[in-house]
Amino acid sequence: MSAKPKLAVWKFASCDGCQLSLLDCEDELLALADQVEIAYFLEATSGVVRGPYDLSLVEGSITTAEDAERIQRVRRSSKRLVTIGACATAGGIQALRNFADVREFLQTVYASPEYVSTLDTSTPISAHVPVDFELNGCPISKAQLVEVIQAFLTGRRPNVPAYSVCMECKRRGNVCVMVAHGTPCLGPVTHAGCGAICPSYNRGCYGCFGPMETPNTVSLNRQLRVLGMDGTGLRRVFHTFHVGKEEFEEAPRR
Amino acid sequence: MSRKSKTIKTDFLARVEGEGAMLVKIKDGALEDVQLKIYEPPRFFEAFLRGRGFTEAPDITARICGICPVAYQMSAVRAMEQACGVEVDGQLRALRRLLYCGEWIESHALHVFMLHLPDFLGYESAIEMAKDHRDLVQRALDLKRVGNEVMTVVGGREIHPVNVRVGGFYRSPRRSELQPLVEKLERARETALEAVRLTAGLDFPEYDYDYELVSLSASGEYPVDRGRLVSNRGLDIDVTEYPEHFVEEHVPWSNALHSQLRERGAYLVGPLARFVLNYELLSEGARAAAVEAGIGPDVRNPFRSIVVRSVEMVFAAEESLRLIAAYEQPDRPALEVVPRAGVGHGATEAPRGVLYHRYEIDAEGTILDATIVPPTSQNQKAIEDDLRGVVARYLDLPEPALALRCEQTIRNYDPCISCATHFLTLEVERS
Repeated sequence: MSAKPKLAVWKFASCDGCQLSLLDCEDELLALADQVEIAYFLEATSGVVRGPYDLSLVEGSITTAEDAERIQRVRRSSKRLVTIGACATAGGIQALRNFADVREFLQTVYASPEYVSTLDTSTPISAHVPVDFELNGCPISKAQLVEVIQAFLTGRRPNVPAYSVCMECKRRGNVCVMVAHGTPCLGPVTHAGCGAICPSYNRGCYGCFGPMETPNTVSLNRQLRVLGMDGTGLRRVFHTFHVGKEEFEEAPRR
Repeated sequence: MSRKSKTIKTDFLARVEGEGAMLVKIKDGALEDVQLKIYEPPRFFEAFLRGRGFTEAPDITARICGICPVAYQMSAVRAMEQACGVEVDGQLRALRRLLYCGEWIESHALHVFMLHLPDFLGYESAIEMAKDHRDLVQRALDLKRVGNEVMTVVGGREIHPVNVRVGGFYRSPRRSELQPLVEKLERARETALEAVRLTAGLDFPEYDYDYELVSLSASGEYPVDRGRLVSNRGLDIDVTEYPEHFVEEHVPWSNALHSQLRERGAYLVGPLARFVLNYELLSEGARAAAVEAGIGPDVRNPFRSIVVRSVEMVFAAEESLRLIAAYEQPDRPALEVVPRAGVGHGATEAPRGVLYHRYEIDAEGTILDATIVPPTSQNQKAIEDDLRGVVARYLDLPEPALALRCEQTIRNYDPCISCATHFLTLEVERS
């Protein structure tokens, strides 16, 4: 019998990128495997150890009736459940369907829509079961993933800051792309975690870590309009990977 | 034994990217039906791309696949640039090829060592394999990391890079940023060469298939980011002619559309096809490694794709080194691309094979229509053909061994199910 805590990784509707982040921890992966038993992780192993699991990482959103039932079983077999990434935490870019006619979507992509069973919505895991922690990002940050796993293994809260990308950008010593170059940037309203990559590449933040706590989108929109963004521009920039989050869904109308 | 009827099923295929299942039905000792079931839920990218801006396609389509986002970005920008009458060349194109080589190294290292090699060595996973071969797995992870580092320097991050745009990049890296990659890529090449020797010595099931092999072909270079579409049976077309030659079909057991060559049927894309059709164009070290490993352009055993992927890792490391040595930072990070009403086609070589995008845009650059054909959709029919061939040959194997052989057959293709659904679990029914 192994006394190591059991880690499980589950996938719902998603691109696989966030679970790949775990395999991308090339420096930590084998050390982590010494610490925990990787009990369920289909992308990496055909070995399946029965639950209950001490920590479940859940990737992806709920888009089918089967998955709505499966997440209930995952929750029941998990002591702690952490969502990883924009799909599991906010519904992902596929939540654009929540604001469209899914029949029409089906007909656009599939010649025989009757073969496909799908729900009208793409919803985050928290809409279905209690979640112990949500990790943002499209994709998540590897460093934050390692921090979250370590925190849950030692029974403490993860140290994941709730401030905006601007803080990371300042610390990185970037020139503000919005002030200096007039480049529209969602940094002021976006959850930190990426390390302000886009401004470091002369690009405005496009919000892939989702809304920070209480974002001031009214004030940001005023500036984005000054920089020439119209209604369509605002809608496009907010309605991407976190369209399922109220703060970003409503933002273009504020 | 062989007179028995039974069903072999695997409900959740492991060590593939995405969700799929496999069903093999055997009746009175004969193979009745094979289905590769893709139940990964659809996400409707082609539908919600309508109404979006042409500049949004690379970032949105990257989210189809976390394993090969660069492939999506590259096919998207190529299609949009063609629609707008712009050709990105010179050092900007070289940077794109370098970014793509990073993805080939990362994706191939993941598949060769973590997803496929455990099948040959009898482990459930690379992590189990590490208990006996820790040094090998750590070196494999180091190789994989070099691919990720190339993507991080050029693209900003390894999953869903941020630096790619229609017309080029947001910022071009300085020579001094690329220089530290040289020593790492030289080590990566050595590990890739070891991988070729290791995989060449594996035991391979006896199985050859006469595929129609399809890949890009570009004069004077191994195909990565552009080229004509060619096959070993005379196909030779411009990417714009793709819709006239390929058709997609919707089958009830799969959420991924099946792609076929019109009036010819199944075909194969991916490393095996690229290698066979472009063997002479491999970098010197990669070709020498293939010769040493005893594989040449006559290879048709899909299980040997693990050797071909390893050869391609040598190529990608050598090509990266060549591109970095010749790199000079371009004056501008991107060409200006002004939208115009029209249609654009883009095809590039994702690690798993040809990835085709087609967009129709209006004069303001709003996307009116989008079609995306990922490599796994194109390979589904060939995978099912292989399953039929492999099951017919190994019908007398005991059930668990046959199921494993079937799963291994599917993993030969490094199928990416998230991509294909817009994939998989094994069921074998014997009745």
